Amino acid sequence: MTQEDEIIRRRQRERSRIMALLLGAFAILLFFITVAKIGINW
Amino acid sequence: MPALEMTKPATLPADWRDLLALTKPRVMSLVVFSGLAGLLAAPQLPPLALGFTAILCIALGAGGCGALNQWYEAELDAKMRRTAKRPLPDGRMDPQTALHFGVGLSVFSVLLMGLAANWLAAALLAASILFYVFVYTVWLKPRTAQNIVIGGAAGAFPPLIGWVVATGRIEALPLLLFAIIFLWTPPHFWALSLFVRSDYAAAGIPMLPVVAGIENTRRQIFLYSLPMAAAAVAPWLLGLTGPIYGASAAVFSFVFVVLAGRVFANRATDPKSMGAEKHLFAYSVFYLFALFTALVADRWIAW
Repeated sequence: MTQEDEIIRRRQRERSRIMALLLGAFAILLFFITVAKIGINW
Repeated sequence: MPALEMTKPATLPADWRDLLALTKPRVMSLVVFSGLAGLLAAPQLPPLALGFTAILCIALGAGGCGALNQWYEAELDAKMRRTAKRPLPDGRMDPQTALHFGVGLSVFSVLLMGLAANWLAAALLAASILFYVFVYTVWLKPRTAQNIVIGGAAGAFPPLIGWVVATGRIEALPLLLFAIIFLWTPPHFWALSLFVRSDYAAAGIPMLPVVAGIENTRRQIFLYSLPMAAAAVAPWLLGLTGPIYGASAAVFSFVFVVLAGRVFANRATDPKSMGAEKHLFAYSVFYLFALFTALVADRWIAW
């Protein structure tokens, strides 16, 4: 594997981790938005 | 050809730090703060999760604007020392990645705002993004020295959006907050453009010091600081805020006008001798933070 390939793999890995974290955070945020909306409309 | 060669992208995938840099985090912090102040100054508050999401949407929208601005101005940024090291002019990122990132952030922020808060706030957020990208970046900035004057409206939206998130209505106080930032923007940017004017001239951007000269720009800075100060104390004079905000606005605005007066009196043409301009620029950032902090303190302590 060349140095450039290593950089590509490292960046892909880092971006995948950040994307996973962001998607997890978004799912949690949607949960709390839903709870708040139900509270308003109750 | 080996399999790896066939799947290798034409350019390196962007580093996440460069994607973050596209969002102009420092500019975003002022936008987020003014949006939060507009929300906290409102007479009623939304549930915490919805308020948090709305501020997140303002931040994402501002980030989308920053990315689209850098995508459109990559060639100009390459000509200016201050911006040449940004990800696109430095060749660290494929332009299409920046475009997709900017459009994606912008659309996502508006949709999430509409779903979490209300569609009036989402419409205002969409208007501010479209105004910044098309009216300011694409249309005005490369054409007229009044670019900052009219384009400043884009940065004036966040407190109005914050208020509408909380109340669902557009009222007098958030419109005055809009006016304060609108009138604050020209002296703030012109102070900066005075001591980096050679950069703007090299890039062919018609900023006021490049087109109308240094002396004229200094006069305009001082003249704009007067209606800005009037707009800053207006909420108190109209009975929309209490004395904490009124006294703070009067003192902070007085200092602003004094510093603008020092800029007006300065005759230096060498950026190294533009201490007055650098002071005003630094103070202008503090001023907006201080003014909106006073607004929120007034709402929560006095009322």
